[in-house]
Amino acid sequence: MATLNYYIVLASILFGLGAIGFLTRRNALILFMSVELMLNSVNMMLVAFSHFRAEMAGQVMVLFIYAVAAAEVAVGLAILIVLFRNVKSVNINKFNVLKW
Amino acid sequence: MENYLFLIPLFPLVGFLINGLLGQRIGKGGVFFTACSAIGFAFVIALLSVVELVGRAPEERQLVQVIWNWIAVGNFHVELGFMVDQLSAVMILIVTGISFLIHIYSVGYMHDDPSYWRYFAYLNMFVFFMCLLVLGKNYLVMFVGWEGVGLASYLLIGFWYEGDANADAGKKAFIVNRIGDFGFVLGMFVMFMTFGSLDYHEVFHKANEMFHQGLIGINTPALVAMCLLLFVGATGKSAQIPLYVWLPDAMAGPTPVSALIHAATMVTAGVYMVARSNILYTLAPTALLVVSLIAVATALMAATIGILQNDIKKVLAYSTVSQLGYMFVGVGVTAYWAGIFHLMTHAFFKACLFLCSGSVIHAMSGDQDMRHMGGLAKKMPITYVTMLIATLAIAGLPPFAAFFSKDEILWKAFCFPYYPVMGKIIWFIGTLAAGITAFYMFRLIFMTFHGEFRGTEEQAHHVHESPVSMTFPLVVLAFLSLTGGWLGIPHLISEKIGHVPNVLETFLEPVFEHSQAIVAHTAVIPEYSHAVEWTLMGSSVLVGVIGICLAYFIYMVHGKDLPAKLAKTYRLHYDLIYNKYYVDEIYYVMVVLPIYHFSVFLWKVIDAFFIDGVGVNGAGWLVRRSSAGLRYIQNGYLQTYGAYMCLGVVVILWFFLGAH
Repeated sequence: MATLNYYIVLASILFGLGAIGFLTRRNALILFMSVELMLNSVNMMLVAFSHFRAEMAGQVMVLFIYAVAAAEVAVGLAILIVLFRNVKSVNINKFNVLKW
Repeated sequence: MENYLFLIPLFPLVGFLINGLLGQRIGKGGVFFTACSAIGFAFVIALLSVVELVGRAPEERQLVQVIWNWIAVGNFHVELGFMVDQLSAVMILIVTGISFLIHIYSVGYMHDDPSYWRYFAYLNMFVFFMCLLVLGKNYLVMFVGWEGVGLASYLLIGFWYEGDANADAGKKAFIVNRIGDFGFVLGMFVMFMTFGSLDYHEVFHKANEMFHQGLIGINTPALVAMCLLLFVGATGKSAQIPLYVWLPDAMAGPTPVSALIHAATMVTAGVYMVARSNILYTLAPTALLVVSLIAVATALMAATIGILQNDIKKVLAYSTVSQLGYMFVGVGVTAYWAGIFHLMTHAFFKACLFLCSGSVIHAMSGDQDMRHMGGLAKKMPITYVTMLIATLAIAGLPPFAAFFSKDEILWKAFCFPYYPVMGKIIWFIGTLAAGITAFYMFRLIFMTFHGEFRGTEEQAHHVHESPVSMTFPLVVLAFLSLTGGWLGIPHLISEKIGHVPNVLETFLEPVFEHSQAIVAHTAVIPEYSHAVEWTLMGSSVLVGVIGICLAYFIYMVHGKDLPAKLAKTYRLHYDLIYNKYYVDEIYYVMVVLPIYHFSVFLWKVIDAFFIDGVGVNGAGWLVRRSSAGLRYIQNGYLQTYGAYMCLGVVVILWFFLGAH
């Protein structure tokens, strides 16, 4: 029988992978995916808590978060495409026109 | 008329605004017309108000108009309001009347000045503030006027600001007056603490009530402090020891300004203020003694300095200081109406003297040194006659104006109710100063109008009588210098010539009746026989005549060599007086230099080093240095910021979870 702790550990591992990926990679697309990974690990936690507390609100909330995240992904990818058009690269170290 | 009192200051204000803002566009005629008619209208309204005032029963003689509630904070209320009672009636007629004459005179005098419009704008502004000063119904409105006339005086003394000396004289007047005004403000604070109001009616009523209920006695410390502080203000504005030093320098301004501001009206504001506060002063005899002693010392000191001045306006300036001393003696010995009486006659004859000197200076092409004049009587007959009348008036010869007013003051000093012995001393010094006054004024007449002309050829060629716009005010003022005294003929004389009433004293009596009641209640008013009074009157005329004869003997009979010989014989005295007792030099060393060095210390050490160096630049240095280190944190790499965020989360988690 899987207890709540399994879920928490799994979510933490996913979150940690996402955070490490975000901090170490240079590819903007990968960074984006890392962020999504962190977001979804949190979603997973919400579902897990919701399930073990026998309360549906958390799971409903996750559905809303997916809706918002989908919109956010659309905007984020659009920005990425525009950036790529301007810089011809997705390496974030090249996005430095506003740097002092 | 009660609802139209505001028009009296409003007309000069409008004149000031028109001349000040549009003066350059409306041309000379426009400026002259605006300035003169503004004051003319103010005079007419003042006259109508006074006519209505006189038409009322004596106990109802008070016109009050409240414009709006100016300040209302807690239990502190001040209204912007005007009041005409007997005292301000006399003042407002003097102020607007003489201002009108001097405006007319200025049309002639300032005709060729390039910035005539600025002159008339300032002059109108002065009249506006002077009207506020005498019409205000509480001390704060009076103070606004008091400050305003100081400003106008400063602007007009430094009117020809291209000359450094003129600008310096203006600054000196302004700064010395600030010292006095500080005392005035403190006096108002004490007054509010004691009576909870600044309104004339409330304060005087309360003071009278409290005295009769026994709540305050004679010489209550708060009252003495209040009166002395207010008198500090008066010493500044009215040029008494120790703050008189600005007035002689103020002669740097145009001569009509000297006549109007520094002789006839503004400098008498202090006398008006003391007379207005008569109840407070009567309840503080110590303050009265201080006032009258300082006043008589000023009268004597300024008169002696006047003897040796060679600048015609400086002589008149010191004579003004001296005459102001007489006025303060009058109000200081509780003869308030006599002080106001002398204020009035002095306004007539001193304005006349100054305007005559202006006429002389005009004729001499701007030269003010009497050593270059002489024999002008033939060439300027109107100026000569009017100036002679005014000089006879100031010398105190009957039946000219100052004979009556000065004599009344000296007589009242002789019967000073609170301090009879001091009164005799004041009388003696006052009489002595009267003789000196007659001497130096006739020295001025003899040096200017008699003897040989001592100026250059060019000046001699240029000397001429002044235009009508200048001689007309002279004639009017000379007439008033002759007849002005007849408003206050003493009982003693009126008995002999058929019971001529003492118009002014009767008119002013209600203003001072509470004070007189308090004096009668607390002190014994000395009684003297008529023989004593006649003797005193005779002696003051006698010293006047002696002064004139002495001046005639020294400057006419032996005019060539005697003055120089006397100067050589009494070298020390001569130097001391010629250099005005070195008062300016003493003030320079005792007051100006320490303040100067202290200011330099504040500037170099406190300001430049501590505030600028350590404070301002130090803070900048600190920020620059610390940010130079901190800037490495902001490197522009997104992931560095992400790492900071993670670090932050870890710290927060550790704080909330790991700390337990």
